[in-house]
Amino acid sequence: MSILTVQLGQCGNQIGFEVFDALFSDSYCSPGLCSKKENEAYQASCKERFFSEEGNGDLVARAVLVDMEPKVINQTLLKASQAGRWKYSQHACFCQKQGSGNNWAYGYSVHGPRHEESIMNLIQKEVEKCDSLSGFSIIMSMAGGTGSGLGTFITQKLQDQFPKSLKMNQVVWPYGTGEVVVQNYNSILTLSHLYRSSDALLVHDNDAIHKICEKRMNIRQISFSDINQVLAHQLGSMFQPTYSAEGSFHYRRSPLGDLMEILVPHPEFKMLGVRSIPQMSESSLAYSTFTWAGLLKHLRQMLISNAKMEEGINWHVRPPVSGLPTLGKTPCNKELHFNTSIANLVILRGKDVQSADLGGFKDPALYTSWLAPADAFNAWKTQRAFNKYEKSATLVSNSQFLVKPLDLIVGKAWNMFASKAYIHQYTKFGIEEEDFLDSFSLLEQVISSYCNL
Amino acid sequence: MGASNNGPRGIYDEAISSFFRNVDTRAVGDGGSISKGRICSLKARAVLIDMEEGVVNEMLQGPLRDVFDSKQLITDISGSGNNWAVGHKVFGSQYQEKILEKLRKSAEQCDCLQCFFIIHSMGGGTGSGLGTFLLKVLEDEFPEVYRFVTSVYPSSEDDVITSPYNSILAMKELNEHADCVLPIDNQSLFDIISKIDTVVKSGKLGKTVKPKSLVTSSVGASRKRHQKPFDAMNNIVANLLLNLTSSARFEGSLNMDLNEISMNLVPFPQLHYLVSSLTPLYTLADVNVPPRRLDQMFSDAFSKDHQLIRADPKHNLYLACALMVRGDVQISDLRRNIERLKPSLQFVSWNQEGWKTSLCSVPPVGHSHSLLALANNTCVKTTFVELKERFTRLYKKKAHLHHYLQVEGMEEGCFSEAVSSLSALIQEYNQLDATKSMPVQELPRLRIAV
Repeated sequence: MSILTVQLGQCGNQIGFEVFDALFSDSYCSPGLCSKKENEAYQASCKERFFSEEGNGDLVARAVLVDMEPKVINQTLLKASQAGRWKYSQHACFCQKQGSGNNWAYGYSVHGPRHEESIMNLIQKEVEKCDSLSGFSIIMSMAGGTGSGLGTFITQKLQDQFPKSLKMNQVVWPYGTGEVVVQNYNSILTLSHLYRSSDALLVHDNDAIHKICEKRMNIRQISFSDINQVLAHQLGSMFQPTYSAEGSFHYRRSPLGDLMEILVPHPEFKMLGVRSIPQMSESSLAYSTFTWAGLLKHLRQMLISNAKMEEGINWHVRPPVSGLPTLGKTPCNKELHFNTSIANLVILRGKDVQSADLGGFKDPALYTSWLAPADAFNAWKTQRAFNKYEKSATLVSNSQFLVKPLDLIVGKAWNMFASKAYIHQYTKFGIEEEDFLDSFSLLEQVISSYCNL
Repeated sequence: MGASNNGPRGIYDEAISSFFRNVDTRAVGDGGSISKGRICSLKARAVLIDMEEGVVNEMLQGPLRDVFDSKQLITDISGSGNNWAVGHKVFGSQYQEKILEKLRKSAEQCDCLQCFFIIHSMGGGTGSGLGTFLLKVLEDEFPEVYRFVTSVYPSSEDDVITSPYNSILAMKELNEHADCVLPIDNQSLFDIISKIDTVVKSGKLGKTVKPKSLVTSSVGASRKRHQKPFDAMNNIVANLLLNLTSSARFEGSLNMDLNEISMNLVPFPQLHYLVSSLTPLYTLADVNVPPRRLDQMFSDAFSKDHQLIRADPKHNLYLACALMVRGDVQISDLRRNIERLKPSLQFVSWNQEGWKTSLCSVPPVGHSHSLLALANNTCVKTTFVELKERFTRLYKKKAHLHHYLQVEGMEEGCFSEAVSSLSALIQEYNQLDATKSMPVQELPRLRIAV
């Protein structure tokens, strides 16, 4: 089954490019460390998911590119065609001239309705190119105007027009110290609305990825390109084919469906985080060897202590002793030390993957009590290696990962809202104070729900 | 305007079409517009207005004569006599139709009109009076299009006696009808030119100074106090507009359109005055200098010596700040400098992280990088307070008032209203300043039923 990517705004389009590039590199330019037949099955599965093929054999990304100003899409198309490995379809692009002015209200209330028909038609055309559609991966930032506002609007329309298809939103969390002054307003409006119409929100945090670039990849002058490549690597490690129950040569057919089923058992809890290790510069990679035991030990501790990367992990955090009653949990204003999970998925790729022992992730103490650990935890093991890593382990988690960042954003937005600063920019386009209050309520509810796990 | 990279026989692309039309001059009649392909003849998307002919005529005989469409001019002979009322009321009504006609024509020639740049001075009669009249026309006729105003405020040594009257009357219009104002004053521009001049002469820049550069050639002139190097000063303002629009014209990893300026920097409609600074200084001169430390560029942006009006943002309160970077600068450079400089800056309690940033890949011609900082900061209050004081000194004695009152439609009420408008604005800034030393309070959050 196929995944159709919808790239929205500057962020969405810049990231989308890196994602397709990473998927292509992995499928066609990496040593799979497996048999030829295995590699071919992998490539075929990857192609079904992400690329269609033109008559002359050219690979075309299964994507729709949307932006309210033309420069980024033009750049993106150019980059792809210049690299000459795969390309975007010229006809799958929708552009305007003016941008959304970093205004969620403008993206949602003006651009949305105005361009709904054109954009949905484009999406429909791309959907028809797929034999069967697993769902949509919608890439957008929360901080700006197009990705956030128009992205939210389109997600809602996808809900209406394709009710049977799944929607995962790749939501890019902005740097804490401002890229956009009104980013906190745009963020809360986005998150609250998406919560109602998306099936899962996978959060990608600029600050966290920046640290990975700095500390793990040793990049000195970090550009957005670097950041996006790390993000693409993480997403690729999640989305690339994995074995189904039948094992070798047989890859899972429904990537989004499988993910949602495992990770989103309850509609009130849809915020997901992703961690992928190892992540390092190519030069360091040459001198490193990994064992599954080592990788998994780190990954587990990253989960428990809510570490963003494989460095500076707090090894003192331990799961609570099982057997203690779940009542009397501390209220949410305190520092959350131990990260409780609802559900986790670990994806392992590479050499000797069958020997990897995932017992540590099955400990009931890691999870809330509603699901049996056997249901709360899943692992996908695939022999075929990912990208340049002989062994790689990815964790996709529905846990308290995002409580603190969410709480921070809501707090800042609330503070600004109390002074009514910038509100006139939103009411100008039909987003009233009540809409803000609704958003705040919903998000406080989400924070509270996650806190009380 | 800085030279484009396209050259005389270059390609007419999106970037250049933001400011120019491409006209086939061989075509008879109106001169058809060409939308793509090679550059034939560039015509500025501009309307030039002056109530005397001297300046405009000089431009039409100068090196840029082909750039301005002679049909997009509105001139008169007598001038406004440094009288806002003449410019606003007399010439306003007289030329309203003509102005509308020219504007509509220019607007029609745009695929997608995003904003108007109004460039004028506050202290005189035409720029101040007719210029602010024009603002109202634009608001009525094109309500959706942003109005950015670059206003040159009179310095304290200004030789126009009535400049405080003109400025205060114009301020009221700016308060009410502009989306965003970038105040400039001549003294600051002059000081910047002098600073460049000093650095150039000190030989620190070595043999890399171009012989006929715009700035350095007026070095001699700057020695005579009453002879101001206006060309060089105006070049700074031109660079301001260039850098302001670079991220909208050229590609970059974090674009910023003009409509984002208001959105991010204007928290309340009346507080729309932005203090600007351009660094490094030598990008304002035709000087080739090996890039100094990147971080120095960021530090300088906050120094009071680099602001285009007399203001000290560092020692006042920020409501919001935008950093628009051009050239070989990446997100990590930007973040490192924000982290470094943040502790020395004071932001208002409800916007502690009020930064807007943009990265444009294309640097100014001949340089590796540049930075434009726009601050919504209470330091702009200084200019307004001084203006009000100068006004009051004149008005108390009713000096020159009759020149205004004899214009039809003018009465003393106009003056008192204008002063009230300014006082209210100053009061807003005062109230914000009062919050400066207060600790940031954590407001109680919404409680929801568990």
